[in-house]
Amino acid sequence: MTLQNNTAQTTDPTEAPSAKRRPKGALLRLISDPLGALGLGLILLTVLVAIAAPLSPYAPSALDPIHRFAGPSDLHLLGTDNLGRDLFTRVLYGARIALSISILSTALALILGLFLGVLAGFAPRWLDNMLLLLLDAAKSVPTVMLALVLVTFTGPSLWAVVIVVILVNSPAYARIARTQTMTLRHADFVDAERALGANAMRIVFVHVLPNIVGPILILAAMDIPIVVGIEAGMSFLGLGVRPPTPSWGSILYDGFSYIRDSAWMVIAGGLPIVITALGFTFLGEALRDTFDPKMAKK
Amino acid sequence: MSISPILSIRNLSVSYDTANGRLKALRDVDMTIASGEIVGLVGESGCGKSTLMQAILGLMPGQGKIDAGEIIFAGQDLTQLSRKEMTQLLGEKISVVFQDPMTTLNPVLTIGRQMIDIQYRQPIPKAEKRARAVEMLQKVHIPDPESKIDRYPHEFSGGMRQRVAIAMALMAKPDLLIADEPTTALDATLEVATIDLLRELQQEIGCAILFITHHLGVVAELCQRINVMYAGELVETGPVAAMFRTPQHPYTRLLFACDPAQIAEPTRHLPTIGGRLPDLVDLPQGCIFADRCPDAFAPCQKTVPGTWRAGASEHVRCHLAAPSEADQVTT
Repeated sequence: MTLQNNTAQTTDPTEAPSAKRRPKGALLRLISDPLGALGLGLILLTVLVAIAAPLSPYAPSALDPIHRFAGPSDLHLLGTDNLGRDLFTRVLYGARIALSISILSTALALILGLFLGVLAGFAPRWLDNMLLLLLDAAKSVPTVMLALVLVTFTGPSLWAVVIVVILVNSPAYARIARTQTMTLRHADFVDAERALGANAMRIVFVHVLPNIVGPILILAAMDIPIVVGIEAGMSFLGLGVRPPTPSWGSILYDGFSYIRDSAWMVIAGGLPIVITALGFTFLGEALRDTFDPKMAKK
Repeated sequence: MSISPILSIRNLSVSYDTANGRLKALRDVDMTIASGEIVGLVGESGCGKSTLMQAILGLMPGQGKIDAGEIIFAGQDLTQLSRKEMTQLLGEKISVVFQDPMTTLNPVLTIGRQMIDIQYRQPIPKAEKRARAVEMLQKVHIPDPESKIDRYPHEFSGGMRQRVAIAMALMAKPDLLIADEPTTALDATLEVATIDLLRELQQEIGCAILFITHHLGVVAELCQRINVMYAGELVETGPVAAMFRTPQHPYTRLLFACDPAQIAEPTRHLPTIGGRLPDLVDLPQGCIFADRCPDAFAPCQKTVPGTWRAGASEHVRCHLAAPSEADQVTT
């Protein structure tokens, strides 16, 4: 086997090495792009922080009223908030909330968007038009208005954030999935598969979906900072995560109220939002460049 | 041809809904293919070859409709089958190889995944499906199939991709293979290799092949019988050798004369057939070929010709081939 591989490589040096290293090459290209490396680094940092949160000696909601509004010290790296809770610990736990909400809701938005988009792409004209109308309607409602209306019904909660994100983001995914599906449904290879006896389900799951997830995943990566922003924003407005839970948005909100007493709360709440958002934006841009065939040739 | 036919098409008429009215794409087509037989289908672009294929496969576009006739495959009428029953048949009993090997394989899946996936009806473990795929690649002469199976289509050349497509089509050992211009997108050497491969596999599997092509040389090389189509009608059917020697229908004669391989003397202009395809929405009253036919005479403009046996051809749709004038034809 190895012998065969060797001969293949010597006889055809251009083809053989590129064959199996393609995914590795993509990752390498991603890291060699300074933007991609930085983005990946920032995201890894956030993930590590989220995982390492319980290592902190403090509990995120442990009160210590005597040491409230403390500045940074070796005891409290980022100081304490208005109730004497350790801000650094709260930021660490906040990373868990931010990451889990943004990944969960983006994943759900992705699934819903893909489903609606592929459905619209294959559907008869009237159903396609109806779905488009629905998607455009969902897209046209401002995020904050949508959040306000929803929270009026459900009360502020983590799930309210997730649902808002799904409603806000899925139309964009659905749009892309629909256009891609429409070009694919008449692609020669789809016709060929159909002629070889593949039914509709097979064509969708085996042939159409793998062809459209790539671009949508890149879009999703670039959307995650928006989701982090929506979560923080809703928590800031009191529409998202409930108070004892350490969300970056709620830290920022509390800091905003007590900004005359200590600036550290605003910094502790705001900085991680900026870092995570930048990380995902850089990664998304770098992913797009990496998978753009025109860029790949350079 | 005493062997029972695997496919027999009778009086098939197909039309499309267009903005200008119903376009009668196929009219009264009769065709039989015996089991194990290789039959050619030739005709210029737009004559209905592809429509006929789509009708057999039950994969007509939305505006298309079978108006009349039947397509009997192994005893059942394909025009009466439900979508689901048809899907069961496709890839199992009837299989297809398409024209352009560059676009008929899914670019994002390895050929192995596609070949394994297409066997979804077989209740066998995946490893066995993979082994069968490898065996099939071996049969179509893909070197080193064990490692090639995990490659993506873009890593193969056009000729190799077409062989992969042939391997996929013949995986289930179908009774009928429809080859839709499978060599048109390939260069001449690959064309010969592909033809040889098809013949070799046909002998092993014993399937019948309906070979659709523009290339008359390929038909002469590969097929036993030949069907000539013009503007949605089957104008002549007959054994290959006799038909190339003495074509009965004027259109067949002109078509053969246009084949560059038939031209002995170098010329500046290749021969063509004057005129254009008739309007298929508003059909001419008489013979469909009358306007372009050099031999047309009075009845051609007025009445639709019947179908006659003439010379070695089983089926000639021409007034000139009518029994009373049979002597004229043979001169």
